[in-house]
Amino acid sequence: MDQLLINPDYPHILSTLIFLPLAGAILLLFVRNEYFARYWALGITTLTAILSIPLIKAFDPSTSSFQFVEQVDWIQSLNIQYVIGIDGISILLVMLTTLIMPLCVLASWSYIKTRVQAFMVCLLIMECAMLGVFMALDFVLFYILWEAMLIPMYMLIAIWGGPRKIYASIKFFLYTLAGSVMLLVAIIWLYIHNGYSFFIPDMMWQNYSSTAQIFLFLAFFLAFAIKVPMFPFHTWLPAAHVEAPTAGSVILASVLLKMGTYGFLRFAIPITPEATMTLAPAILWLSIAGIIYGGFTALAQSDMKKLIAYSSVGHMGFVTLGIFVLNTAGVEGAILQMINHGITTGALFLCIGMIYERTHSRELRDATGVGKHMPIYVTFLTFFSLSSFGFPATNSFVGEFLILAGTFKHNIWLALAAIPGAVLAAAYMLRMLQKIIWGGTDNPDQSWIKDLNLREIVTLAPFLFFVFWIGLGAEPFINIIHVSVENLLNNYHGFHSQVAAVTELIIQ
Amino acid sequence: MEIQTVSSVKLLIALLVPLFGTLGVLFVGKNENIREGVSSAASVILLMIVASMIPAVLHGKILVYHLFTVLPGITVTLRADGMSMIFALVASSLWTIAVYYSLGYMRAHQEHAQTRFNACFALAIFGAIGVAFSDNLFTMYLFYEVVSVCTYPLVAHAQDKDGYAGAQKYIVYLTTTAKLFLLPALILIYVLTGTLDFPHNISEGLFTGDTQSWIVIMLYIFCLFGFAKNGVMPFHHWLPGAMVAPTPVSALLHAVAVVKVGVFCTTRTMLYVFGVDTMHALNLGIPTAYFVGFTVLAASILALSKNNLKERLAYSTISQLSYIILGVALLTPSGIDGGLIHIVNHAFSKITLFFCAGAIMIAHHKKDLSEMGGLGKSMPITFACFFIASLSMIGAPPVAGFVTKWNLLVGSIEANQMGILLILIASTMLNVGYFAPVTYNAFFGKRPEGETYQGIQEAPLSMLIPIVIACTISVLLGIFPNFMMQFVKAVTG
Repeated sequence: MDQLLINPDYPHILSTLIFLPLAGAILLLFVRNEYFARYWALGITTLTAILSIPLIKAFDPSTSSFQFVEQVDWIQSLNIQYVIGIDGISILLVMLTTLIMPLCVLASWSYIKTRVQAFMVCLLIMECAMLGVFMALDFVLFYILWEAMLIPMYMLIAIWGGPRKIYASIKFFLYTLAGSVMLLVAIIWLYIHNGYSFFIPDMMWQNYSSTAQIFLFLAFFLAFAIKVPMFPFHTWLPAAHVEAPTAGSVILASVLLKMGTYGFLRFAIPITPEATMTLAPAILWLSIAGIIYGGFTALAQSDMKKLIAYSSVGHMGFVTLGIFVLNTAGVEGAILQMINHGITTGALFLCIGMIYERTHSRELRDATGVGKHMPIYVTFLTFFSLSSFGFPATNSFVGEFLILAGTFKHNIWLALAAIPGAVLAAAYMLRMLQKIIWGGTDNPDQSWIKDLNLREIVTLAPFLFFVFWIGLGAEPFINIIHVSVENLLNNYHGFHSQVAAVTELIIQ
Repeated sequence: MEIQTVSSVKLLIALLVPLFGTLGVLFVGKNENIREGVSSAASVILLMIVASMIPAVLHGKILVYHLFTVLPGITVTLRADGMSMIFALVASSLWTIAVYYSLGYMRAHQEHAQTRFNACFALAIFGAIGVAFSDNLFTMYLFYEVVSVCTYPLVAHAQDKDGYAGAQKYIVYLTTTAKLFLLPALILIYVLTGTLDFPHNISEGLFTGDTQSWIVIMLYIFCLFGFAKNGVMPFHHWLPGAMVAPTPVSALLHAVAVVKVGVFCTTRTMLYVFGVDTMHALNLGIPTAYFVGFTVLAASILALSKNNLKERLAYSTISQLSYIILGVALLTPSGIDGGLIHIVNHAFSKITLFFCAGAIMIAHHKKDLSEMGGLGKSMPITFACFFIASLSMIGAPPVAGFVTKWNLLVGSIEANQMGILLILIASTMLNVGYFAPVTYNAFFGKRPEGETYQGIQEAPLSMLIPIVIACTISVLLGIFPNFMMQFVKAVTG
């Protein structure tokens, strides 16, 4: 069993990160002032981001144990604990969340005009729940936060969304809720079979029966595959993205989708390794289907937000592909690609939001030919689009490279089947880029449109910084996650050789 | 000769000069004289830096400069060796000439968006220099893609229906082939060999004996088609489509920078990723030679049928590019020499031809050959240069192309391939067939009916001087082939 490491220098850093936004949200409830709400939310999220920086400094990349652990009893009668900690798999996701939230506030600065204070409260509660999900080491704590995320997200779409917000928000809510019902059953089963404990690390690498593993895995799969979303469970995503306000789309794409793939890595593989082995081939081909399907569908969209939403289906297909080839390059690439997708797709949603604020339309044809009048904007857009289809020297290239390298090691035909997805990604991104920058010979008159202001540039610049940092020097990022990934895979493969040895013994 | 690697920051400077040139152009865009001054200064500085590396390379040194480590085994690293100097010298020296030519052309034509044009032009050179100085397959792929993206605005420059259609075809062909073939090849080579770094000689390559041969052959085919800028059929269609671009673009990019990026990458991969030994062992050379031999002939035949001068030149380019690959694919010393030296020879001669086509456009506003009968009397210098450059294409002495043809013919005899010899001879005849009538018609042909050519004279001096310089160098390369041959010999040893 992994030991839990408490960092004496930062004894309560994780709790601070979780509860600071929550405290900020509660205080904000009592103030009725739009301007104050904006600055307050920006201040709180920025403070959270700054406080999270010591995490990366003090994180020990040489161990796969959970670090910065905090543990207190919560509900003693049910043996539920408040226990949180992070390892190489979750640290980058935590950092992504804390760093992206101030930018979401900035992106909503003038976009949100009604009920600003309530909007900011929702954002802050979201941040608290998302960080908690990535840190929770108790299954009940995890489940509560997992469900808690739904409510502010639902409100973000239902209150500040577009024309079909009610449809989209209910679809989002029902889909993700349906997925997590079976998760609850699985949690209770695990609770009973683990000496009435919800402590997640204790549930890993146990010899549950094969049938039980299959059922557990399917329960996990339903919950996580909907969240990712994997083809064919993706239909809620375009609807939600299209109707959500910019900040909602960014949070959805950058952080919420990662919960699904994080779930596979944290729960499905360690708790049900045998079922993972049995079902991995099916998931791999499902990932390929998602990559190709997402690509073709994105190519056909005339709505920019839908286009990016379907591109997410394809990109997340790459992530699940990398996870389930179950080798170092694949899993490391998948984790890196989760971060990359958060950066790039988040930035693309911000870019589209900036156009929407000006033209009040998400239609590609209404945005054609703005390049001439918005040179700064299209420069940003170009780099993010290039990153999105894996242009070399950008972040996504490194992620896709590792995932495909892992896939080639696993099965050459599987990897070759994924390649058309990369071609399609280039096709739909360049198509959108061409239309926005150049358009055709019959562009609408765009001469009234204004280029980005300073606030918008400040919002986009950090994304660009990370696009090139990861794209040109991914090694430090890989070093952080490496030991945890190796440990996961060693346990996984070790588990299987152990099982094989036992089977052999019985046969003899 | 002992190979010695030396770290040199000159490589980085050479790469940054066109990049800062781009930024400079964008910054001073409104003042066109200063803007063109920036372009010109950047081109001259670049040429001087590249030239300053000549002595070291000729002394058998390899200059390297490490920039980034993306992942273990995947780095952005620059290198200058014999082969990179061939291309870097061509690209940088022709840029200095093309800057003046395009200044004259764009102003005479009163083209719109000249700042964007100049910026993208410099950015394309940035990509080409990056390709020339790549030390590994990843760096080369990176700059190859940079060139694809940066030249889109140049092809779409006119922003009319034809411009957009041509540019769309351009980007679709180039990115699709790169993603479909190059990306998997790059990753699989990394997975199989654990490295993407080019070795220091052309024989060993990256593959050790234990890789299954069908995979190596598949990767080889992927690389041949993946670098579609090499114009090898069937992925050549983007090049005639790109002729909608302004003529300076066709001249520098679609006769030199872009297409040479394609053949440079192809031959670099053949020699430094697969290596002569592996190519021999798997018998990849001669089939490749015959395969591109088809492109040599088919493109020449298509060129015969084109009445539009730029289109005819485009098909000629497709044909001539395959000479380079054909020569290298013969895998004999003379064959490789002939192939690589043709990167230089074709560049100077073909840019002259395109410059002439642009001069005719400016003076006469006509693109079709049938409208140029008797025009030679009004534009004697232009057509004289056209004639000399077309001799080079044909491979007649004493112009540059002769050196190529001589080496290729010797190479095909060395390789004992009479079929290749026949292809080369047939292609020479075809070259005569589509180039000779142009000049003949200009000097001795009848004027089109109702045409008086009144008031038509040579293009402005800013265009005429570059034409004469490029043409003169074509001749000098034919008379003194040894200067550039030194770099080729540094490759073949």
